[in-house]
Amino acid sequence: MGEKVLMKGNEAIAEAAILAGCRHFFGYPITPQNEIPEYMSRRMPEVGGVFLQAESEVAGSNMVYGAACAGARVMTTSSSPGISLMQEAISYMAGAELPCVLVNIVRGGPGLGGIQGSQADYFQATKGGGHGDYKLIVLAPSSVQELMDLTITAFDLADMYRNPVMILGDAILGQMMEPVILKERPKQDLPPKTWATVGAKMRPKNVITSLSLDPVKLEKHNLRLAEKYKRVADEQVRYKTYMADDAETLLVAYGTCARIAQAAVDIARERGLKVGLFRPISLWPFPYDALQLTAQESLRVLVVEMSLGQMIEDVRLAILDSKPVCFYGRTGGMTPTPREVLDEIEKIVEEGI
Amino acid sequence: MKQVFGRPDALTDVPTHYCPGCTHGIIHRLVAEVIDELGVRERTIGISPVGCAVLAYDYFNCDFVEASHGRAPAVATGIKRVLPDSVVFCYQGDGDLASIGAAEIVHAATRGEKITVIFVNNAIYGMTGGQMAPTTLPGQRTTTSPRGRDVESAGYPIRVAELLSSLSGVAYIARVSATSPANVTKAKRAVRKAFEMQIDGKGFSLVEFLSTCPINWGMSPLEAMKWVDEKMSLYYPLGDYTQVPEVG
Repeated sequence: MGEKVLMKGNEAIAEAAILAGCRHFFGYPITPQNEIPEYMSRRMPEVGGVFLQAESEVAGSNMVYGAACAGARVMTTSSSPGISLMQEAISYMAGAELPCVLVNIVRGGPGLGGIQGSQADYFQATKGGGHGDYKLIVLAPSSVQELMDLTITAFDLADMYRNPVMILGDAILGQMMEPVILKERPKQDLPPKTWATVGAKMRPKNVITSLSLDPVKLEKHNLRLAEKYKRVADEQVRYKTYMADDAETLLVAYGTCARIAQAAVDIARERGLKVGLFRPISLWPFPYDALQLTAQESLRVLVVEMSLGQMIEDVRLAILDSKPVCFYGRTGGMTPTPREVLDEIEKIVEEGI
Repeated sequence: MKQVFGRPDALTDVPTHYCPGCTHGIIHRLVAEVIDELGVRERTIGISPVGCAVLAYDYFNCDFVEASHGRAPAVATGIKRVLPDSVVFCYQGDGDLASIGAAEIVHAATRGEKITVIFVNNAIYGMTGGQMAPTTLPGQRTTTSPRGRDVESAGYPIRVAELLSSLSGVAYIARVSATSPANVTKAKRAVRKAFEMQIDGKGFSLVEFLSTCPINWGMSPLEAMKWVDEKMSLYYPLGDYTQVPEVG
């Protein structure tokens, strides 16, 4: 442990799952995340685990549902169109409070879209995706090391709160190679899975269902879920800032875009512009309070996304119209360059926004 | 005094919601008796479908999971791959298994998942009020085939036992009914064999029950039993469909 290795983002996710004690993986091929099932098909038999290639994302995500019912640490991975197919199982798992880890290596959409990196699944990940009142915990890494660390964290959060947790990456993060340090997982004090359906031996039967025909009971269940989501929102907000203390222009970006935005901050600072970065790491719960506080002294906010503007809605909710919120984004699998972001910064500064 | 008949341990002591003349109750009982006789209740996990048997978890006294529509074989796969020593059975209707869940059942069977599927075919969507099912007979009237199933437009009913029996992962498939004491006895033998195949690690097993839906068929319970014997079993012949093909 503590070993430094060069890894591809997708492979780091897979190895992190193994390190986190995940021994069951169900998946279906889709670009740009195929390295994950390929890695798992090699690695799982070495550690006594199960790799199974499902007949579809629909089936794969329902295999995850079953494995989670049986108390296993379980993961599936896919990319945008495949994640759309999983929304049924995701809603059921949220309703039945089943822990699992889902990875979306996002590609450009809508429809079949393309295979280049994108952040256009933000709404789907953070605002529901499937039917009903529920929340996913959504984590957005921005380096291969973070892909690894947050994947391990995701398993613990899933078990801690009995909730599906999604890692929201993109094609660029999945395909890039960076050095990572394989760390020992810190010991977690997690609740025993007394609810799991493993056979009713010396105890009354366990039943796992999301069906509740009595609306009084279903409302009560949903209100209990809401209390859980509030606890998550109180306890699991994650973010980082970069040169934000004296920033007149505060960039807000996550994942791949945060790396680009950080490069733009460096160039802007060289030119004497007071620019900083706020990077949400937990997209749900979104760091509303921290962003509001960080942005307090700045004159303007610039949201940078690889989409037509989705996270910007949460940024606006955090800022509450106290200052202008501008947007720069590329869509369809196009990636903004630091130069483009810098041009946008200079433009809004010049215009006196 | 020796008790010769009673409620199986694998059934709970609650009244079911099934309609009079529906054979779900008999089928539940047969499955529960087999679970008892094999002594596996404490390591059995059942999966209920979306359909009339959605509340089966209230009636069976073992661990139970409710799956989304058609996905029971995928859910069962997830459970069984985590707990290889458990006994996992799916309880599915014809809409659930042969329509929306067609992909899941075919692939669970061809993988040879060591699970048992109790497939209840009553040729109609019961819970939603009598719509056409993938197993609705040609000419059969339903609320979405009010002039009778027109095979030119709606296609032909699916023979699940025959279809799945061509797959190499299958260890045992039978089609049975519960319309007479003799048929019930045969059905129980089939259910027992299906569970034994799973426990012995032989592969995928399925028992298709031709069942009744007097309410949605617009028949009395007795007429419904007769319709199974005289009409359904002509299109869906009872018997053993296991033919594990040679792998060449």
